[in-house]
Amino acid sequence: MQSQTPIRPSLFDSPAGPNPLDQEHLLGRGIARVDGPLKVSGRAPYAYEVHDPSNTALVGVLVLSTVAQGSIRTLDAVAAEHAPGVRLVLTHRNMQRQGGPASEHCKPQMADATVRQNGQVVALVVADSFEQANAAAAMVAVAYDVKPALTDLAAGVPQATVPPPRSPSQPVDTNVGDFAQGFAAAAVKIDATYTTPHQAHAMMEPHASMAVWDGDHLTLHTSHQMLSTCAQTLASTLLLRPDQVRVLSPYIGGGFGSKLVTYADAILSATAARQLGRPVKIALTRPQVFGQTTHRTATIQRVRLGADADGTLRAIGHESWSGNQQGQTFYETAANQTRLLYAAHDRMTAHRQVRLDLPLASSMRAPGEAVGLLALECAMDELAERLRMDPVALRVRNDTQYDPEKGPSRPFSSRRLTECLHEGAARFGWEKRSPVPGQRREGQWLVGMGMASAIRNVALKPSNAEATLDGRGILTVGTAMTDIGTGTYTILTQIAGEMLGLPPERVVMQLGDTDLPEASGSGGSFGAASSGSAVYYACAQLRIALARRAGFDPARSRFENGQIIQDGRAVSLASLAGAQGIAATGGIKPGDLLKKYAQASFGAHFAEVGVDADTGEVRVRRMLGVFGIGRVLNASTARSQAIGGMIFGIGAALMEDVVPDRRHGDFVNHDLAEYHVPVHADVPAVEAYFVEEVDPIANPLKAKGVGELGICGAGAAVANAIYNASGVRIRDYPMTLDKVLAGLPDQA
Amino acid sequence: MRAFSYERPTQVAQAAHAATTHPDASYIGGGTNLLDLMKLDVAQPAHLVDVNRLPMERIELLNDGSLRIGALVRNSTLAADPHVRRHHAVLSRALLSGATAQLRNKATTAGNLLQRTRCYYFTDVSKACNKRVPGSGCEAIGGYNRIHAILGASASCIATHPSDMAVAMLALDAVVETDRRHIPIAELHRLPGDTPQIDNTLQPGELIVAVRLPPPVPSVQLYRKVRDRASYAFAAVSVAALIQARHGRIELARLAFGGVAHRPWRNHAAEQLLVGHAPSHALFERVADSVVTGAAGQGSNDYKIPLLRRTLVATLRQATEG
Ligand SMILES: Cc1cc2nc3c(=O)[nH]c(=O)nc-3n(C[C@H](O)[C@H](O)[C@H](O)COP(=O)(O)OP(=O)(O)OC[C@H]3O[C@@H](n4cnc5c(N)ncnc54)[C@H](O)[C@@H]3O)c2cc1C
Ligand code: SF4
Repeated sequence: MQSQTPIRPSLFDSPAGPNPLDQEHLLGRGIARVDGPLKVSGRAPYAYEVHDPSNTALVGVLVLSTVAQGSIRTLDAVAAEHAPGVRLVLTHRNMQRQGGPASEHCKPQMADATVRQNGQVVALVVADSFEQANAAAAMVAVAYDVKPALTDLAAGVPQATVPPPRSPSQPVDTNVGDFAQGFAAAAVKIDATYTTPHQAHAMMEPHASMAVWDGDHLTLHTSHQMLSTCAQTLASTLLLRPDQVRVLSPYIGGGFGSKLVTYADAILSATAARQLGRPVKIALTRPQVFGQTTHRTATIQRVRLGADADGTLRAIGHESWSGNQQGQTFYETAANQTRLLYAAHDRMTAHRQVRLDLPLASSMRAPGEAVGLLALECAMDELAERLRMDPVALRVRNDTQYDPEKGPSRPFSSRRLTECLHEGAARFGWEKRSPVPGQRREGQWLVGMGMASAIRNVALKPSNAEATLDGRGILTVGTAMTDIGTGTYTILTQIAGEMLGLPPERVVMQLGDTDLPEASGSGGSFGAASSGSAVYYACAQLRIALARRAGFDPARSRFENGQIIQDGRAVSLASLAGAQGIAATGGIKPGDLLKKYAQASFGAHFAEVGVDADTGEVRVRRMLGVFGIGRVLNASTARSQAIGGMIFGIGAALMEDVVPDRRHGDFVNHDLAEYHVPVHADVPAVEAYFVEEVDPIANPLKAKGVGELGICGAGAAVANAIYNASGVRIRDYPMTLDKVLAGLPDQA
Repeated sequence: MRAFSYERPTQVAQAAHAATTHPDASYIGGGTNLLDLMKLDVAQPAHLVDVNRLPMERIELLNDGSLRIGALVRNSTLAADPHVRRHHAVLSRALLSGATAQLRNKATTAGNLLQRTRCYYFTDVSKACNKRVPGSGCEAIGGYNRIHAILGASASCIATHPSDMAVAMLALDAVVETDRRHIPIAELHRLPGDTPQIDNTLQPGELIVAVRLPPPVPSVQLYRKVRDRASYAFAAVSVAALIQARHGRIELARLAFGGVAHRPWRNHAAEQLLVGHAPSHALFERVADSVVTGAAGQGSNDYKIPLLRRTLVATLRQATEG
C-alpha cells in the first residue's frame, strides 16, 4: 500500500543552505550498525531464509542451458516429472503467457526453444523439498542444435559497433579540441593498450526469491538492490499491474550491481507459485550465479597521453572496447572518467561494443571507472616515468577545478584531488619510493610503491520517505530503499535522529519494501545521497508539523533530547505526538545542478607491494586511500566502504578473472574456490582517510558518494607498485604470477 | 545430489565389508571433498560408509621411531602435533599451507590423500571428461588449463592431484596402511594413462587405516607452495624438500613436487644430482633442468615449467643457506 496522501518531493535545484544536519551531533559518528546485532545473531532473514507462515512453500531448482548459441532440439522431462516429490516441471513447452519482448525491465523465461547464452533457463523443477527438486533437475535431458558462438573480445574488435548512448549526459564518444594534432605535437607521448578481464561480483548471498500469491496479488521475497525496477520487471513480465506486485528485500548479502537486474529466480518462483497455488522458493547455486546473472565485461583500452616536458598534458585519448550480448545496450563506460579527471586542451574518448555470446554483461561496482582507471592511471604512471617526474606531481600538475571538456562554465561542485594526493603522499611515506624500479630488495622480495588518482561520478535520484513519531517518542522512518550491506539502515537512522534530536535507539528504520515510499535503491553510489535526502526532507516536514503543534516557529526551534525547544521553552516530542502520533512525508527531486556543476568524489591511492623475485608472486603489503567524499555520514561505515572498494582493487589488480570457455561460452572457473577474490591473507594494512569536505551542491546532506570510490584507481596503484618493485610492466590485468614471471630476470 | 543410504560402522572389518559388498559405496571422512562432488553430481555414491566412528584417530610413535598416523587424524591435529612439527616439519608446513583452518579441522588424513582433482571440467557435469565419464573426452585439453599438469600427463587426461599433504608425505617416504596391506605412498597415486578414471591403486572397498612415516630424517625440511593468492588457493606448483648437508656437501636430498602431475611427483635422479656436491646456483639449475625434462605445457599452464624450475632453485637455495 502506498501512503495515502501523495508525497510532494522537494526540488533540489540550488545549493543547500545551513540545516540541522550541520550540527553533526549524531551524523558522522562511527556508530555501530543498527542492524548488526540482528545479522550476527542470525535473526536478519535473507530472502531464502524467509519462512512462509503457511508452511506450504515448495522448492524450485533451475536447469540451465549448457551451450551458448543454438536451440533446444529435444527436451525430455518425463523422468523428472515422475520423480518423487515433483509437483511441476516448467519448460518452454508449457510456460504461461508472458510479457515481451525481452528488455532491461522485461525478463520472459523459456519463451521459446532458442538458446541465446550458456546459463539460460531451460527448465524449472518444483518439488516438495530442495533435495527432491535437485535430484529431479538432474534427470531433465536436453539435447541442443548448437551454433557457433562469439566468445573472444579481441577477435570481435574489427566488427565492433557504436552502442547507443547510455543517457543524454553520457555520450558514447567525445571530441574536444583536436586530439590528433595535440597528440602529434606533444613532446612526450604514451600510447599503450591495456586489457581487463571479465569479472564476477562474487557477492556472498546468491540470488534467491520466494513468491507468495494472495489472489492475484504477488508478494516476492527476494534479494534486489532496486525494488522499484524489480517490481516493474515482475509486472511487465508476468502481465500484472504494478499495484499487484509487492517486493520485499529487507536484508541483502551484497550485490555490487549484480542485484540491479531481475533474474529467473524471481520470475519463475512467481510463475510456478501462481500455477501451483503455493509459495515457491528458488535459489541459484553458486555455479548458476556465474551463468544466469551478470558479470563485468572484459575491456580492451587504448590510452594515449601527450605532454609537455614539464608534465602539462596537452592531449588525452581513451578508447574502450567491451562486450555484451547482441541487442544489449549496456557497455562498459571505461573512458567516461577520462573526460573529467585531468586538464588537457585536446581530447577524445570513444566506446565500442563487441558482440559476445556470453552471459549478460552489466554493472559491477563502479562500472566504467573501476576498469577505466586501471588503464588511465597506469598510463599516467608510464608517462611520469618517461617524463622523469614524480607520479604525484604529474597528477597535481594536471588537476583542474572545472570540467575539462566543458570549460570554466562548468566548475566542480567540490574537488580536493590535490589535497588527497598530498595528504596521502605524506601519510604513506611516498618520499621513500625510489623513482627507479627494482631498487629495494628484502630477502626474496622486491618491494615497491605505486599510486593512482581516484574519481567516481556523483549522482542523485528521486527518492521519498515517510516519518512518523508515536506517543512513546519513537520515530519510525520508512522508505523503499535497500541496504546491501553498506550501512544504509545506520546512516538513515543517524540522519533522522539528527533531524529530530533523537538518539539512534529511538529511531526505527524500515527499508526494503515496495509498500513504503519509492526510493532510489542502491547503486551507482547514489543510494545514501538520494535516500538520505528523502529522509532529511521527510524529517524536515515532521519538524514543521511538530513545531506548529507546539505553537512554535519552525524556523527558530531546536530539536534536542527528544524535545522541541524555543526561547527556553521545551516540549517533549512524545507528548506532542500523542496517542494518534504525527506523520510527515518528503522526498527529493533532483534539479539541474548536475548539469551546471561537474560532480564527483575524488581520492588518491597508495600501495606498497612485494614481488617474489623467484616466483613472481605479488603480495600487497600496505595500502592507503585518501578521499574527499563530501560529508562523512558515518565514519565507520564510510571507512568500510572505502577499504572494501580498495580490496576490490587488490582483486582486480592481482587475481579476479572469470575465464570464458571459447567452445562453450560459459565461465570455466565458476565457483569461489577457483574465481579468486582477495582473502584475509591478501589484505594487510589497508587504511582509508577522509579529507574535510562538505558539498552543499551535491544534496542537502552535503555528502557525495563513497560506495564505489574505493575501487576506482586502487588496482592501478597496485599495478604501478608492481612495476616500481620489479621493473615488470604488465598491461594485461590481472597481474598473476605467470605474467610477472615472464618479465623477471634469471635467478642469480 | 542423489539419494543415498548411509551407515556408520564402528569396526574396520565391518566398514570394509560394507564398502566391498555394497555396489557404488563410498567411504566418507570429513566429507569436505566428497560432499562437494556429490552436490555437483560428479560423485553419485548409492551408499555412504562413514568412517568417523572407526578407531583410527590416533597418532602413535612406534618403537622403531616411525610414526603411525590414524586415517581419521584431522589435518589441523596432524599439523600441530609436536613430534611432527619437530621431526617431520615438511609435513606440518604442507598441511598448514592447504585449504583453510575450517577445512583442516574437518579434513582427515585418508580423505586428504584421496581427494580428487580440481580440474574445472571434471567438476562440471555438462563437460566431457574422461575421468568422470571414461571415453567421453578431455575438455581441459584445448580448453582453459591453468591448473593442469606439465609432467606425466596423457592424451586422455592432464589433471593434477591437488593435495599438499601428500607431496610432503611422498618426500618423507610414507607408507599407506590399509585394511589389507601396506602401500608405499609412491605407489598409491597413479598416472592417468588411458584410464584416468582410476586415481589410485586401492582395490574396491579397500580402507585406509593409517599412514606410517619412517623414522625421522634429520634435515632441513621445507615446503614451498606457490599460489595465486596468499591463502585458500591450491598450489600452482609446490616443492617439498629434505636436505641434509655436512661439511659443505649435500649428503641427502629428497624432493617432491605438487601441482604438476596426476600424482605427487618425485624425481630420484634429480635428487642424486645433488648428493655429494657442494651447493651452488649452477648445481641447482642442473637439478631443476633435470626435473623439468620432458615437461610439457598445454597452453594456459605453460608458465608452470619455468615456475617449477625457479621455485626448486629458490627452495634449494633456502635449504642450503647458512
Ligand atoms: C575450497 C577448498 C580449498 C582447498 N584447498 C586445499 C589446498 O590448498 N591444499 C590441499 O591439499 N587441499 C585443499 N583442499 C582439499 C582438502 O584438503 C580436502 O577436501 C580434504 O583433505 C579431504 O578430506 P576429507 O576427510 O574431508 O575427505 P572426504 O571428502 O571425506 O573424502 C575424500 C575421498 O577419500 C575417501 N576416503 C575418506 N576416508 C577414507 C578412508 N579411510 N579410506 C579410504 N578412502 C577414504 C572418500 O571416499 C572420498 O573419495 C581444499 C578443499 C576445499 C573445499
Ligand atoms: S584433465 Fe582429466 S579430469 Fe580434467 S577434463 Fe581432462 S580427463 Fe577430465
